[in-house]
Amino acid sequence: MNSPAVPPVSDLKKMYGALWRIRTFEGQVQRLAAAGEVPGFPHLSTGQEAVAVGVCAHLTREDTLFTSHRGHGHTLAKGADVQATFAEILGRDGGLCRGRGGSMHLVDAANGVLGATGVVAGNLPLAAGAAWAAQARGEANISVVFFGDGATGAGVFHETLNLAVLWKLPLLFVCENNGYAEFTSREEHSNVKQVSAFAAPYGMPAKTIDGNDLPAVHAAAGAAIASLRRGEGPYLLECMTYRMAGHFVGDAQHYRSKEELAAVKEKCPIERLKRHLLGLGAAESELDAIGEEARQEVLKAVERARTGPPPDPATVLEYVYSSPSLAEIPG
Amino acid sequence: MTQTFIEILRRALDEELARDPAVHLLGEDVAAGGAFGVTRGLAEKHGMQRVRNTPISEAAITGMATGAALCGLRPVLEIMFIDFATLALDCLVNQSAKYRYMSGGQLAVPMVVRTQAGAAGGAAAQHSQSLEAWFTHVPGLVVVAPSSPVEAYGLLKSAIRLGDPVLFIEHKRLYALKEALPERAELPRIGKARVARAGNDVTVIAYSAMVRNALEAADELARAGISVEVIDLRSLLPLDMATIAASVAKTHRVVIAHEAVQNCGLGAEISARIGSELFDELDAPVTRVGCPFAPIPFAPDLERALLPGTPNIVRAVRELAG
Repeated sequence: MNSPAVPPVSDLKKMYGALWRIRTFEGQVQRLAAAGEVPGFPHLSTGQEAVAVGVCAHLTREDTLFTSHRGHGHTLAKGADVQATFAEILGRDGGLCRGRGGSMHLVDAANGVLGATGVVAGNLPLAAGAAWAAQARGEANISVVFFGDGATGAGVFHETLNLAVLWKLPLLFVCENNGYAEFTSREEHSNVKQVSAFAAPYGMPAKTIDGNDLPAVHAAAGAAIASLRRGEGPYLLECMTYRMAGHFVGDAQHYRSKEELAAVKEKCPIERLKRHLLGLGAAESELDAIGEEARQEVLKAVERARTGPPPDPATVLEYVYSSPSLAEIPG
Repeated sequence: MTQTFIEILRRALDEELARDPAVHLLGEDVAAGGAFGVTRGLAEKHGMQRVRNTPISEAAITGMATGAALCGLRPVLEIMFIDFATLALDCLVNQSAKYRYMSGGQLAVPMVVRTQAGAAGGAAAQHSQSLEAWFTHVPGLVVVAPSSPVEAYGLLKSAIRLGDPVLFIEHKRLYALKEALPERAELPRIGKARVARAGNDVTVIAYSAMVRNALEAADELARAGISVEVIDLRSLLPLDMATIAASVAKTHRVVIAHEAVQNCGLGAEISARIGSELFDELDAPVTRVGCPFAPIPFAPDLERALLPGTPNIVRAVRELAG
């Protein structure tokens, strides 16, 4: 594999802002969920932002992206509008899915976000299908699927790895290994330590990297995606990361030690990119301004989303079928 | 020229593959013709990229068909037995059925899942079931069950052209049946039932292979002076209540017949809807013919003993007409 290009500092600074956008967004979800303003049970990607930003930096609008229940960050990194994404999580009419999907089912088709799914591992074959569609039509776009290490417990994970290699699909598997499947640590739910090890038996190239190190994610994803675009078939990228928040908003996290929680800050991808950029000669004041600008942009979008109206209850039966004649089924 | 159910399905698939480059077939052994030979010769004619073999991975291939449909392909997936669709339920129920709705209309899943169901010839408990009611309970799915080769031709083509995920259920007992396709067969609208035989005394509502039993029963009852109207539902979801209502307004007596287990079967829903929507038309309670509450046995004598058939329909109609 060719050694990937190191992104210019100006790009890294942009990505620094992108990390802050996601961090701020998730913080607002957490704040408003605690206040009872967010229906359902949103899952936060706080602490995992570098994976979303580092991978999506290489994607075009036409590339398709599938994500999991923990998908706010990926959706934003792929280009979804902040206000419409937040409005969806609030269940508003101005949301991406007009309030039909919510946090676990975000879709922004215009930006290639073909969806978050609430069933762990359920998104993997969908992403393979999108890759197959691109291949079948001779289109240049690729498909990317984000999933947690918990998904490796599902049979369909293995079925999809096998099929992706057999059909040589342009599909990037991105595992965010945050060490937990819901509340159970990886040691307790799998005897296979590294998710990347599952790729070898199927003949798929794979790599495990530090997912909280944005330049490392950017480099590894860039190399993997370049090989996909050359038609070399699927690739599995395992990003070791850390879920700074609980499994869901309100999770008391009794399963984590105080020492583990204290070490969280040290692993923070934003802090780490900041140190990296300072080392490259960036001014702290400039970085702080970038962060502040991103925060303000998100906070304003969140406030606009909060003022939007809820969906009209009279529209609750829309979008079930392609035609009204099929939908005449009484409840 | 007459053709079997299998040959007519193949013709419909062949024509749809030729008509629309978005149509792709996938499934276990489909490039080799499929377990029942439905897709024989299609890979040779349309290419291995259009007719693709898959591993025995029902969950993944159903997900792949769904994902490809989201991106504009029109996949036709073969699930060899409906019993194996249980392995694909997460995708069908949680993804395929709901994508249009969950995305607020941004995306659609124009896909057909062809599967084969029903009991015949000692296929036993895991290759004989009639599980259609599991799927008619899911908003967003369409469920179609043709009763004859000619019906299958039109319904399959219409299903492939629809913008929704369709479960297309083929009864194994119908596969060898032969019919001649009319010169210009008009494609039926999905969701529309048909009156398979007109009559005045009792309405028998059936679908799939049971329509043939209903027609046999109607012949026998006609000789006894009882005039039976047979409705072939064709589409189980959505249900064509208008056609049912028109018939009930004429006969005022209804028997619903299906091979599936009677308990919580589609007949229960139809009966409830006739009861609430057409109560004033009824001269007698709606009755049902269905399978007793047991798995399908292997031994041919036991299989015959369990399965509902023409005599059960005759008996049910006689009780109502009496």
